[in-house]
Amino acid sequence: MRLIADVILLLGAIFCFLGALGLIRMPDIYNRIQAGTKAATLGSIAIILGVGLLYPDWWTKLLCIIGFLLFTSPVSSSVLSRAVYLSGIKPWVKPSRQQKPLNTSGEKS
Amino acid sequence: MLNRLNLHHHLFLFATMLLLWILLTGSVALDELIAGVIVAAVVSMISAPYINIFDGIRYTPTAIVSLLTYLGYFFIALIKANLDMARRVLSPSLPISPDLLEIETKLESRLGQMLLANSITLTPGTLAVELRHNKILVHWIAAPEGISLEQATKDIATGFEKHISGFLK
Repeated sequence: MRLIADVILLLGAIFCFLGALGLIRMPDIYNRIQAGTKAATLGSIAIILGVGLLYPDWWTKLLCIIGFLLFTSPVSSSVLSRAVYLSGIKPWVKPSRQQKPLNTSGEKS
Repeated sequence: MLNRLNLHHHLFLFATMLLLWILLTGSVALDELIAGVIVAAVVSMISAPYINIFDGIRYTPTAIVSLLTYLGYFFIALIKANLDMARRVLSPSLPISPDLLEIETKLESRLGQMLLANSITLTPGTLAVELRHNKILVHWIAAPEGISLEQATKDIATGFEKHISGFLK
């Protein structure tokens, strides 16, 4: 049990590290948000699961935390990216690709 | 206002509160449960008229099945998303070709649309940016060039929509 918990904790740490690496390597804010959100969500869930295996009495509260994380972390990243989008920052596109107008539906700027 | 105050709504709210109580106290001892039932009943009765995010829920027996299949599908997608992101971050050439594009959803309730946008954010290479009526603006990290709205909807949203529409309108 101890071993499984350690492996899961390590996996969580690796995912968090990859998220941090993504933050550095990605070219613009949208891609950074993507890398950060996904890795941080699965990384923290894995770490919480590992703690749950180490301390089985805590699993109900840990379940609450996982549910809370699953709901709030994508919402916060969507809010961030929406604010970025509304303030008019264009996403990075591959240099080989044509830059589109920012507002694809043309309803409001 | 009054048509919202149906029995299903109250019962669902009550069950949610009670579940939260049990999870937070972490015990199913009888005295804890009795206190929880009283608190959950009072809280759900007071707050039921003001809570409308649960409006879209379908109260059918098959809803539970589709909720569970949705959860399974979602966690598989979450793990795939992380492996995908790890591959992109670790490869020296950084293989991304991001773009913003729109997709369309058939879900009508606010909870359903929120759940779909959340799911899109946590699945491989996509990030929900903006929700307008029934269109979601998505940042896709590997968008194929010149993709149509229908095709993008099919690629990104249809899998989730199928499961979510089983328990939400």
